Amino acid sequence: MGFLDISHVTKSYGKVQVLHEVDISVQEGEFLVLVGPSGCGKSTLLNMIAGLEAISSGDISIKGRVINGVHPSKRNIAMVFQSYALYPNMTVGQNMTFGLEMHGVPKAERERALADVGKLLQIDHLLDRKPGQLSGGQRQRVAMGRALVRNPDVFLFDEPLSNLDAKLRVDMRTEIKKLHHKLGTTIVYVTHDQIEAMTLSTRIAVMNKGYVQQLGTPKEIYDTPANLFVATFMGSPAMNILPATVVMQNGAAHAEITDSEGVVRRLRFSQGNMAEWAGKAILLGIRPEAITDPEGADRKSGNIQPFANRVTVTEPAGSDTFVTMTLSGKDVIARMRADASVAPGQIFDFAVNMEKAVAFDPVTEARIAG
Amino acid sequence: MSAATQDTAVRTGRVARTFIYLVLLLFALFYLLPFFVMLTNSLKPLSEITGGNMMSLPQVWTLDAWRSAWSTAQIGVEPTGLKPYFLNSLLMVVPAVAISTMLGALNGYVLTKWRFRGDTILFGLMLFACFIPFQIVLIPMARMLGLMGLAGSTPGLILVHVVYGIGFTTLYFRNYYASFPTELVKAAMIDGAGFFRIFWRIMLPVSGPIAVVSVIWQFTNIWNDFLFGASFADLDSMPMTVALNNLVNSSTGVKEYNVHFAGAILAALPTLFVYIVAGRYFVRGLMAGSVKG
Ligand SMILES: Nc1ncnc2c1ncn2[C@@H]1O[C@H](COP(=O)(O)OP(=O)(O)OP(=O)(O)O)[C@@H](O)[C@H]1O
Ligand SMILES: [Mg+2]
Repeated sequence: MGFLDISHVTKSYGKVQVLHEVDISVQEGEFLVLVGPSGCGKSTLLNMIAGLEAISSGDISIKGRVINGVHPSKRNIAMVFQSYALYPNMTVGQNMTFGLEMHGVPKAERERALADVGKLLQIDHLLDRKPGQLSGGQRQRVAMGRALVRNPDVFLFDEPLSNLDAKLRVDMRTEIKKLHHKLGTTIVYVTHDQIEAMTLSTRIAVMNKGYVQQLGTPKEIYDTPANLFVATFMGSPAMNILPATVVMQNGAAHAEITDSEGVVRRLRFSQGNMAEWAGKAILLGIRPEAITDPEGADRKSGNIQPFANRVTVTEPAGSDTFVTMTLSGKDVIARMRADASVAPGQIFDFAVNMEKAVAFDPVTEARIAG
Repeated sequence: MSAATQDTAVRTGRVARTFIYLVLLLFALFYLLPFFVMLTNSLKPLSEITGGNMMSLPQVWTLDAWRSAWSTAQIGVEPTGLKPYFLNSLLMVVPAVAISTMLGALNGYVLTKWRFRGDTILFGLMLFACFIPFQIVLIPMARMLGLMGLAGSTPGLILVHVVYGIGFTTLYFRNYYASFPTELVKAAMIDGAGFFRIFWRIMLPVSGPIAVVSVIWQFTNIWNDFLFGASFADLDSMPMTVALNNLVNSSTGVKEYNVHFAGAILAALPTLFVYIVAGRYFVRGLMAGSVKG
């Protein structure tokens, strides 16, 4: 039994079902991120927690109290909207205390809460301004402040950073994380940005087409994705996926692929149970950072395999250099150190960290557990 | 090269602009000329009009015609001037405009932020009200007013104008609120504000521009209405427009054109006043900053 329990929750609009049997249990103080492509039902789920959308079936409870049908204002939640939704006719201070006023909190207490939160978010000098006189980042803070003053059980965020420019987004991301550390509040946070999901969350629910594809810590999601969708959705650049055949050699399972010249090559699996797939086709998943130059390879890995291949394109990106090559007829991206000397057209000695490689069933697209 | 093209661009701009101003000036004159005639003739003694040129300025300036039109001219059988009827019109138009605008705002709020099954059909039906000609409803409306005991009274006229105006005011406010971010309403719901609280505290304060449009539209229509006034009012509730008609028609003997002109201008003054005062509040950008920007 968690702090916030979502059990067997579904949502239908008429005949269209947009959420299928969602089961998530959030512990107190957790930072849960709902992530997924546009239209997968993240906002719908969040709005159902907030009480802004009716629940078609299933239960949502906070602190053991089922809140289906309870009015949004009586759920003790606060929400930060993508558009900030600041009341344009009120000052920042009035915006932030409106909820307290509606709940009949005495003025002195409201003022105290406002002063505390204003100082915490460093917006105490803006309290008399109207939202129209604020910058995007300041509006963002005010929107968070409005949620904070109410001291709710659960904070709900719907893509709060997507209207900010790239730099500010990174700054605010750090700030939200700091705030979470400091206050230890329970947060459900919606985003379609997988980097935001990885950096902020204590747990991630990856959603697609109304289904929760995987629920786990960022590390679990990244290292052992449940299926092909999660593997390719999380991580940037995306995980390389290549068709391969499992073959046995010296009693060990290998992935058989072709290199840029069309020559058949073998990479030994670390997973013991791949032998069961001998002779069968699989999809091999290798993250870009698992393909490096030999010097840049992970020293702790027990399964680094050399792999010479022709380089097609190099893209220096400052901190890293992305190198594109062809494997099994697919474009494959490797992430190298910035000072790795690699040139297009050259045959380069790569090092593949097979300990980090994953395999997928090509039919069900589920990961083959190893 | 570029300087030369810019130069020609500026010059053609100047030519076009002069042309536009000339045309505008022409139209302004076209509209102002009748007003000029009314104003100058209302300031002349009657003899100057009947004996002389309508277009010339007064030789003797006098406000007698205005005084007469306001307080002593014969309206029907009573020599009361337009004053009591002006008051009637005010007593009718102010509540009618206020009520129809408030109801329009409330309707627009419900139709956009508290959607329900069949709301678009309902809105479509309300829009119908904008297209029903006045003449069609005269007899049923007279019967309704009779049944309600409001026949021949100012409240009756207010009711008629409110009912007729709701279609328009609803249309205005619905379209305005349609672009008002629904997230604000959701935020207010989470904050614990109820249906009317959201309306008063969140929606109405940003409705200035559309309220001005609604007020101007309703005021002009109701103040200038003649048909409903002539059909449903009796002597105690007769509006200005009907009284003006009686003034013009009931003068025995000589037609006092100067008084008629003064009365007509008096009848037009309130709408002019509303345009001048309310027009200033047509400020844009009241919504700026509520959402991302
Ligand atoms: N009122 C509605 N009627 C019918 N379908 C709806 C309605 N609201 C949302 N949907 C559908 O529900 C699905 C989920 O919508 P939702 O807004 O939750 O997506 P999302 O994951 O938040 O996407 P985004 O990242 O674009 O915000 C979408 O396919 C959408 O078309
Ligand atoms: Mg969304």
